[in-house]
Amino acid sequence: MSSQSIIISASPHIHSDRTSKKLMYDVIIALVPAFLVSLYVFGISAFFVTAIAVISCIIFEYLIQTFLLKTTVTIGDGSALLTGILLAFNLPSNLPIWMIIVGSLVAIGVAKMSFGGLGFNIFNPALVGRVFLLISFPVQMTMWPNPVENSIKIADAVTGATPLGIIKEGLMFGETMTEITSKLPSYFDMFFGLIGGSVGEMSAFALLLGGIYLLVRRVISWHIPISMLGSIALITGIFWLVSPEQYANPLIHILTGGALLGAFFMATDLVTSPMTKKGMIVFAIGIGIITAVIRLFGAYPEGVSFAILIMNAFVPLINSNFKPKRFGAKIKSKIL
Amino acid sequence: MTDSILYSVFLLISLGGLAAVILYFVSKKFYVYENPLIAEIEDILPAANCAGCGSLGCKAFAEKLVLSEDISNLFCPVGGNDTMKLVATKLGKEVSEKDPTIAVVRCQGSCEVRPKTTEFQGPRTCAISAMIYSGETDCEYGCLGDGDCVKVCKFDAMYMDESTGLPIILTDKCTSCGMCVTACPRNIIEMRPRNKKDLKIYVGCLNQDKGGVAKKACSLACIGCSKCEEICPKDAVIMINTLAYIDPVLCTLCRKCVPICPTNSIVETNFPPKKEKKVDNEKADEISEIVKLVKVKMDV
Amino acid sequence: MFKTFQIGGIHPPENKITSTSSIKRLTVPKTVYVPIAQHIGIPSEIIVAVKDKVTIGQVIAKSGGYVSSNIHSPVAGVVTKLDKFIDTSGYKKQCIVIRTDEKDPSNFNEQEYLLKTSIELSPKEILQRITDFGIVGLGGATFPSHVKLNVREGTTLDCLLINGVECEPYLTADHRLMLEKSEEIIVGIKIVMRALNISKAIIGIENNKKDAIDLFKNLTKNESTIQVGTLQVKYPQGGEKQLVKALLNRDVPINGLPLDVGVIVHNVGTIFAIYEAIQHNKPLTERVVTVTGKNLKNASNFWVKIGTPINNLIDAVGGLPEGTRKIVNGGPMMGKAIKNTDVPVTKGTSGILVISENEASRGKSENCIRCGECVFVCPMGLEPYLLMNLVEKNFIDRASSEDINTCIECGSCSYVCPSHRPLLDFIRFGKNSEKKLQTVKN
Repeated sequence: MSSQSIIISASPHIHSDRTSKKLMYDVIIALVPAFLVSLYVFGISAFFVTAIAVISCIIFEYLIQTFLLKTTVTIGDGSALLTGILLAFNLPSNLPIWMIIVGSLVAIGVAKMSFGGLGFNIFNPALVGRVFLLISFPVQMTMWPNPVENSIKIADAVTGATPLGIIKEGLMFGETMTEITSKLPSYFDMFFGLIGGSVGEMSAFALLLGGIYLLVRRVISWHIPISMLGSIALITGIFWLVSPEQYANPLIHILTGGALLGAFFMATDLVTSPMTKKGMIVFAIGIGIITAVIRLFGAYPEGVSFAILIMNAFVPLINSNFKPKRFGAKIKSKIL
Repeated sequence: MTDSILYSVFLLISLGGLAAVILYFVSKKFYVYENPLIAEIEDILPAANCAGCGSLGCKAFAEKLVLSEDISNLFCPVGGNDTMKLVATKLGKEVSEKDPTIAVVRCQGSCEVRPKTTEFQGPRTCAISAMIYSGETDCEYGCLGDGDCVKVCKFDAMYMDESTGLPIILTDKCTSCGMCVTACPRNIIEMRPRNKKDLKIYVGCLNQDKGGVAKKACSLACIGCSKCEEICPKDAVIMINTLAYIDPVLCTLCRKCVPICPTNSIVETNFPPKKEKKVDNEKADEISEIVKLVKVKMDV
Repeated sequence: MFKTFQIGGIHPPENKITSTSSIKRLTVPKTVYVPIAQHIGIPSEIIVAVKDKVTIGQVIAKSGGYVSSNIHSPVAGVVTKLDKFIDTSGYKKQCIVIRTDEKDPSNFNEQEYLLKTSIELSPKEILQRITDFGIVGLGGATFPSHVKLNVREGTTLDCLLINGVECEPYLTADHRLMLEKSEEIIVGIKIVMRALNISKAIIGIENNKKDAIDLFKNLTKNESTIQVGTLQVKYPQGGEKQLVKALLNRDVPINGLPLDVGVIVHNVGTIFAIYEAIQHNKPLTERVVTVTGKNLKNASNFWVKIGTPINNLIDAVGGLPEGTRKIVNGGPMMGKAIKNTDVPVTKGTSGILVISENEASRGKSENCIRCGECVFVCPMGLEPYLLMNLVEKNFIDRASSEDINTCIECGSCSYVCPSHRPLLDFIRFGKNSEKKLQTVKN
């Protein structure tokens, strides 16, 4: 027998090769296409925003774990890296550096570490960082560089509105949808992301690609993206059918803004989404409804971030009320 | 400007008033009568909420004390006799007196004397590893070293000694609440009377295996030679299978059994140092002889 | 698409290395160590003394109660010791040590029985013999078979399921048995059908054992009462409740038995043991054991006498390879890691698995990332992450109301957990504490 002693442990004695780390890096791989598109559209500034967000997230996590919590440092698990990328993808590419750092501090320090670190946070850290910045610095956060002009040189602070912003503004001034549509970029541009917006959210094509990768790798299941996008499409569709001159069509709602980024990458965040498939559907429909309501009736043109954060707060409630069906149970356990 | 200030002040005051009125009625409506004695008794109790008495916390114990007719079988191990006397005078009931006790770890199986033969992987709690198998060493009676007792101690009276892998009890902090006794899946910790100057003599082993097997697993194991039983002038040593146990009530702390034990299983603490012990070699020979004898006796 | 159960389930790599190696007979060991607690329930009572001479098949420990079983001597020889030895539970348990008589020919000339198809015994006699001959469930749970077969009057039974699923990775004992003793198994099925007066039997086999499926389909071509059910490969399909669901689409109620939906399930190994007991008067003294592992030279299946030290099996496959870190009694999902190779084979030993360092070590337990994977794979529809949290914080009452006791300990949750959390360890502990709590309450 070998010199090392025999290991005893309880069953099972084998383990699947999935690890938390691999899951995180899979999500990061899935974000690469969207990142490439933003590099093409916004140039080197997209890279800077992402790099600063990532580095500051990792540094904050390291500092908090070493000096405040005095626990083992877990920056290698990829979660801080992922938070940084997702935060950057939700920011305009010309945001001042110090704001990005403040956003990272809020994301890591307030939303993640104060709850106890990975796995204990209630709200999606990247979104908390983003919403904090959006509320604190509304002007800078809603000024997007115009994509075509700035694709080569480093972006100046040129205001270019997102399609949803254009629609909201137009409707406020009492224009009809037909008039507004002429100002909007073409569907082709919207699909491939040649439009104004935050670093990673414009290219529907790249995000779909990443989403499909995640679905194939079984990092996420179809429940959240499909029910979320479906419910957004359904509600905006009903309003559009009733009054096409007042409301934008569902295709615009899905392709623009943070809908796809939210559906595939933010709402599906493992930590802050429900644990059961039933719960996931309820959760995602909730996001869809709140998003649609904010977009159609609210003051903000965009509502995905708020919708996800609001539904995050309901996750514990969803978990305790939408339990999986026990094998052999006759009646389903209590339903809300 | 002043309007809005006045308006908000007024609004807040009226809100506060409304809340106060609601609270008043609610507290009247849902008032539950509680015997005021319970609160008084609770004040006497040490408020450690250790559950050492068997009730879930001091409040529950106070309720039990007030409500039950006969409280002579109830005892607060943390407060001890003084507290129970106070309770008795307050309630006018009889309480029984108990000698103060202290927890004792009856295992000396440190890493040196009890080598590890396997490696356990899994949650480091004694309860779970005891469920799975006999532990990392070959002794299935001894300490598992995962410190469930330390985790349940609410008085910081225990810590794990890193070098030996065994729990250590701080005698001045131990309140003898008995939580560690119930937490230990192997029943290694025992409540023994607290003697003067904290003198203790006990068998630091629970191994009921036959001498040879026990000795192989741990060099400080009790091999059941019953020499201590023979020498004890007060018949305080009881043999259970091949394991000696010293009855703390009968034991007079004469220390006769300590030097005679061939494997040093019997532990004495806080005694003044005695004259020099025998030369080690001699003792080692003696041990192996006895082990052989026991082996022959047991193995047929 | 083949049939399977709906809730949960996983697909661990199959690694059925030994599926093509036929069952060899292991040389009779010099000494056997027969534990008296080989089955679920009350341990048997020893009825032999040291220095007694015993013959093959002689009862050496008799059933200690209703849920208990007789134990028979696997060899002819002399009882040398009644002492405690470490067995698969990891604790020292009472064993009967028998030294094999090397001159006794009955130890060595294993007669091969001819197939005997006519069943002569009455249902009552069949049940009696199963009781007497110490038959227990050979799938791994080792539940005494006579208890399972002793159906109370008034229970309607309409189907016998034969469990040939063998969903555990690595193990091939049942697979080989089905291939080599197929006709005997058919007769065994008929015996059980006769004993219970059931007119329908289905043999459930997973699709990764195509040869066995074809063989049984061929054999049952002319049998109207016995069918073969082909199942999709999925762990833990061999669990009783999962098998009933997969083959008959019936839900065994919570805390219920397959009996409640008119079904009785038996493992193919048990069926073969019943065949031997009824047709050839042979008590349960040996079983098929798969000895396997990626690094073993001659991994194979063996007919092994109960009580044979695992050492002998390891020697038969070429010794422990360099770097062995874990030896498992049973399959990798539900088997028990054993402390040393002196542990004897018992009625429940379906395999010996030898694994090396990188497979044996558990990953470091990290924070739960709440991915819900354990919930998706749980075949019983439980929430392992929640149960573990509750048990860790000692809320046994709440864990109990979350149906912790319905857990079948299949290990799927621990298998998939990306954070390597010891979910099953805590759930198993919680189940034990819950049982204790219930007994205190009663």
